Amino acid sequence: MPVSLEDVDHIARLARLGLTDEERTALRGELESILGYVEQLAKLDTGGVEPTASMRDDSTPTRPDRTSNDDDAEKLVERAPDRQGTYLRVPKIIEASE
Amino acid sequence: MSDTRDETPDYGDWEPVIGLEVHAQLLTESKLFCGCSASFGAAPNAHTCPVCMGFPGVLPVLNERALEFAIRTGIATGCTIPTRARWARKNYFYPDLPKGYQISMFDEPLAIGGGIDVETPAGTKRVRLTRIHMEEDAGKNIHDTDDAHSLVDLNRAGVPLMEIVSEPDIASAAEAADYLRTLRSLLQYLEVCDGNLEQGSFRCDANVSVRKKGDPKLGTRTEIKNINSFRNVERAIDSEIRRQIDLIESGGTVRQETRGWDADRGRTLAMRSKEDAHDYRYFPEPDLLPLEVPRERIEAIRGELPELPAARRDRFVEQYGIPDYDAGVLTARRDLADYYEAAVRTHPNPKALSNWVMGDVLRTVRERGLDEALVIRDWPVSAESLGRLVARIDDGTISGKIAKTVLEEMLASGAEPDDVIERKGLRQVTDAGAITGAVEEVLAANPDKVAEYRGGKDKLLGFFVGQIMKATGGKANPQAVNQILRARLGEPGTSSGG
Amino acid sequence: MSSSAPSTIDAASRALAAGELSATDLASAMLDRIAAVEPTVHALLTVTADRALADAREADRRRGAGESGPLLGIPIVLKDLFATDGIRTTCGSRILEHYVPPYDADAVTRLARAGAVLVGKANMDEFAMGSSNENSAFGPSRNPWDPGRVPGGSSGGSAAAVAAGECLGALGTDTGGSIRLPASYCGVTGLKPTYGRVSRYGVTAYASSLDQVGPFAHTVRDVSVLLGAIAGHDPRDSTSAPQPVPDYVAALTGDVRGLRFGIPAEYFADGIATAVEKSVREAIETLRGLGATVVDVSLPHTSYGIAAYYLIATAEASSNLARYDGVKYGHRAKRGADELLEMYRHTRDEGFGAEVKRRILLGTYALSAGYYDAYYRKAQKVRTLVRNDFRRAFETCDLILTPTSPGTAFRIGEKVADPLAMYLSDVFTVPTNLAGLPGLSVPCGFDEAGLPIGLQLLAPPFEEADLLRAGDAYQRATDFHERRPAEIGAASGGRSEASEQQSA
Repeated sequence: MPVSLEDVDHIARLARLGLTDEERTALRGELESILGYVEQLAKLDTGGVEPTASMRDDSTPTRPDRTSNDDDAEKLVERAPDRQGTYLRVPKIIEASE
Repeated sequence: MSDTRDETPDYGDWEPVIGLEVHAQLLTESKLFCGCSASFGAAPNAHTCPVCMGFPGVLPVLNERALEFAIRTGIATGCTIPTRARWARKNYFYPDLPKGYQISMFDEPLAIGGGIDVETPAGTKRVRLTRIHMEEDAGKNIHDTDDAHSLVDLNRAGVPLMEIVSEPDIASAAEAADYLRTLRSLLQYLEVCDGNLEQGSFRCDANVSVRKKGDPKLGTRTEIKNINSFRNVERAIDSEIRRQIDLIESGGTVRQETRGWDADRGRTLAMRSKEDAHDYRYFPEPDLLPLEVPRERIEAIRGELPELPAARRDRFVEQYGIPDYDAGVLTARRDLADYYEAAVRTHPNPKALSNWVMGDVLRTVRERGLDEALVIRDWPVSAESLGRLVARIDDGTISGKIAKTVLEEMLASGAEPDDVIERKGLRQVTDAGAITGAVEEVLAANPDKVAEYRGGKDKLLGFFVGQIMKATGGKANPQAVNQILRARLGEPGTSSGG
Repeated sequence: MSSSAPSTIDAASRALAAGELSATDLASAMLDRIAAVEPTVHALLTVTADRALADAREADRRRGAGESGPLLGIPIVLKDLFATDGIRTTCGSRILEHYVPPYDADAVTRLARAGAVLVGKANMDEFAMGSSNENSAFGPSRNPWDPGRVPGGSSGGSAAAVAAGECLGALGTDTGGSIRLPASYCGVTGLKPTYGRVSRYGVTAYASSLDQVGPFAHTVRDVSVLLGAIAGHDPRDSTSAPQPVPDYVAALTGDVRGLRFGIPAEYFADGIATAVEKSVREAIETLRGLGATVVDVSLPHTSYGIAAYYLIATAEASSNLARYDGVKYGHRAKRGADELLEMYRHTRDEGFGAEVKRRILLGTYALSAGYYDAYYRKAQKVRTLVRNDFRRAFETCDLILTPTSPGTAFRIGEKVADPLAMYLSDVFTVPTNLAGLPGLSVPCGFDEAGLPIGLQLLAPPFEEADLLRAGDAYQRATDFHERRPAEIGAASGGRSEASEQQSA
């Protein structure tokens, strides 16, 4: 499975990972080798096999609809790298195409 | 008015194809996967906890009531509830999405199929549903604080939503609005969503395309987001249909894209899209198990369904003897129907009360801009008070005309009808002596008219009644006036009654 | 004091109960030992000295008030991905270097209730991604048996801390072998319980459908005590199992007569070190000598395990690690302050190490449009096949016996350049996680270089009691678990130095 630098750039963008040129190059080769290794799965006949998505077979449990929050915004927001009042603050969101 | 239903939209030989995606906030106390309050209006980030703020290691646990509400909706819309639904993660980065993914459903939704019967001017139209699934809401980004920053409030992050996706069965903007009104009414009947468009607890995205009539192939569709009122739904969809037709007719092609509705400019605008916006990398949510709702549970929920609008309409016709149209208006909103029935319980004159609710009550609700709200809130006249008011007409205490004055006073002060009638001295005059006095006065003041009447101009009777009512401040019982007047004047064209 | 301190939970517990030792004395001894060996071993990212002494005083008070219990006053360490209220929890990553959680993980709460004393937070591969501990952003832990070698990963700090005598027990997590591999490399006992047996609440996720919390200690008996304390249903974890928790210590009868051990040929194939095979075969004979039955079984999809594992684990990780974005907590890059997208990229570039980036990219790729069916979904189907292998095998045996790893601890730096070779260290442990089964690693010998070898025992879901009974019986018959590495401080001269610092 050949992996191009453009592929690396595309998935790095999806994953919001900044990469240096060296990292790009190294990761391209590593991904290609790992994907080459996992190619072996393609040889395995999995026709009619159900995928396993969950280890447990029961239905997901539920909790009663009751509120339990303490309305203390401060306690969590104090961990934010930047804030304004009890808002989290982030650099301006510019939805420019990438 | 928003009602454009009687203008038949003319798109030439083009046929619009519209599908709607409604996001309805489920009326739970707490969020979908944590115990934070789902209510509006708290201080920024006051309704957050490690779970809905995406802290490391914490895990989601499903809200029982949210699940029940979504199933209830699925059943009420005739959907199939599959034996297994599965939660999925929808992955994308945005500051209002604290985990970097939204817990939603993808290829195994909660409910599939079903449909909604929509009353349109052309008759009943069946709009099929593709699916209903559950998901968590995102928080809110605030962009206009300063040039360098955006602010994030995660109070809404994790609030339970239900996404109801229709098939592209809708053929006009007006029909889209009818569908939304019907759906909202249904959700309100089911008590699963308050249907408040302004607060965003009932939101709509529209997928719109056009094709030549008779063409079996669908055109390229655009998705319109951010539509926040019924009026705007119609305007936005109509504008988008016309934009697409103009575009194609002038040789262009429609691009598959997301567009926003600009209400001020009255048109849809392409939203600058992130190039990777559609690679959401859905996969099964490993922090939750699949959803397997036992058949017995589904049947139990089915058994507890409230009376739905269509059934209630039929019952109103049958039980109250009111016309089907009236029953349709009264049952279109659960709050209105409840109000009407409460009034009828107080005073069993369903026809008169139907006229009052459809007339004065609805008019005032509209005038006060309350028609987007779920309940007749801020409406100071209780159903019981309205019933008592109509009872006073029926027992002859006041006339229908005076009743309108009483209602206005009730609206202004919140007072009971009897108090208003007494305080303002609006009790109807039925005493023959008093009325005879007034009749004599009026006839004495208009001898020429009396002569004309007796000469055969019987239309003048109305003139005399009016004058007498005026003289009594409107309080004279019209029937008594009529009777005494006729007796005094005799039949027109004869010399005397007899 | 430290020389006379008991080295197992069982011994310490008896000394504490007999009043021969106070929890405070024991904690102080551990802190001395930590100061002595940490410069060499670097098993801990945070030494919680104040907390340890406070916990120990509280344990002494509770004992004075009449309480008892096998963990009351016992010093433990936690892999640094267990959330500890008020104590920084780094996950071995720069991005969480200064992050202090406002809550405790469920396992932490349970250990505190049992009276355990927290002495430190253990080093780990960043976000539990690694087999050597070399992916820790804060430098690797070293193997107490040979500081030039890795302790294994990702819970290497936890295993090394137990092996080096810095605590009597530890918690780690195992996603593809991250408890069993370091247990094997460090010559200690480590258990990966059944998926869902121990709550994941408050445990930073690597791959949610594979992650499981488990204990380390010197002996199976100690591990049984720890499992008994941390296992149980937690309503805050939807994947937590409702099955009742048996008395694991009571299950340690020493009797394995009639127990059928399945030996899968696929685990004794090419690439397994001679010494490893020899030790494991000897262990089989030991168990046979104790009255156990040995049968051949087949796990035909074993060789596909690593490929399936790396697709599933990285896909889940790419999503689980999306929350580290510099918005709510943790590191935010100073670069990119004028635009959100740049802030994200710089933050995650600065905050994540090479292996984490590699796995995020691989996982993102496996889930991305056009590849999902070929990679992620295919891997899930292979997962079903691996599960079915075990189901079939357990029709003819009670437990499966294998080497924990094909080799012993390798040199620091030896496999760094080849991620794939590193991944293959987990070839014998990964299938267990894919199937959600419990697995135990116990010391079963040493290679030519004197490095420990691990024996792996696997059981059907929720049959930990059988697993522990077999491991305990084996340890009653052998002494590998009683061997300790040569004096660590002496090798580096670190001990006396550190001791001076401590008393200064």
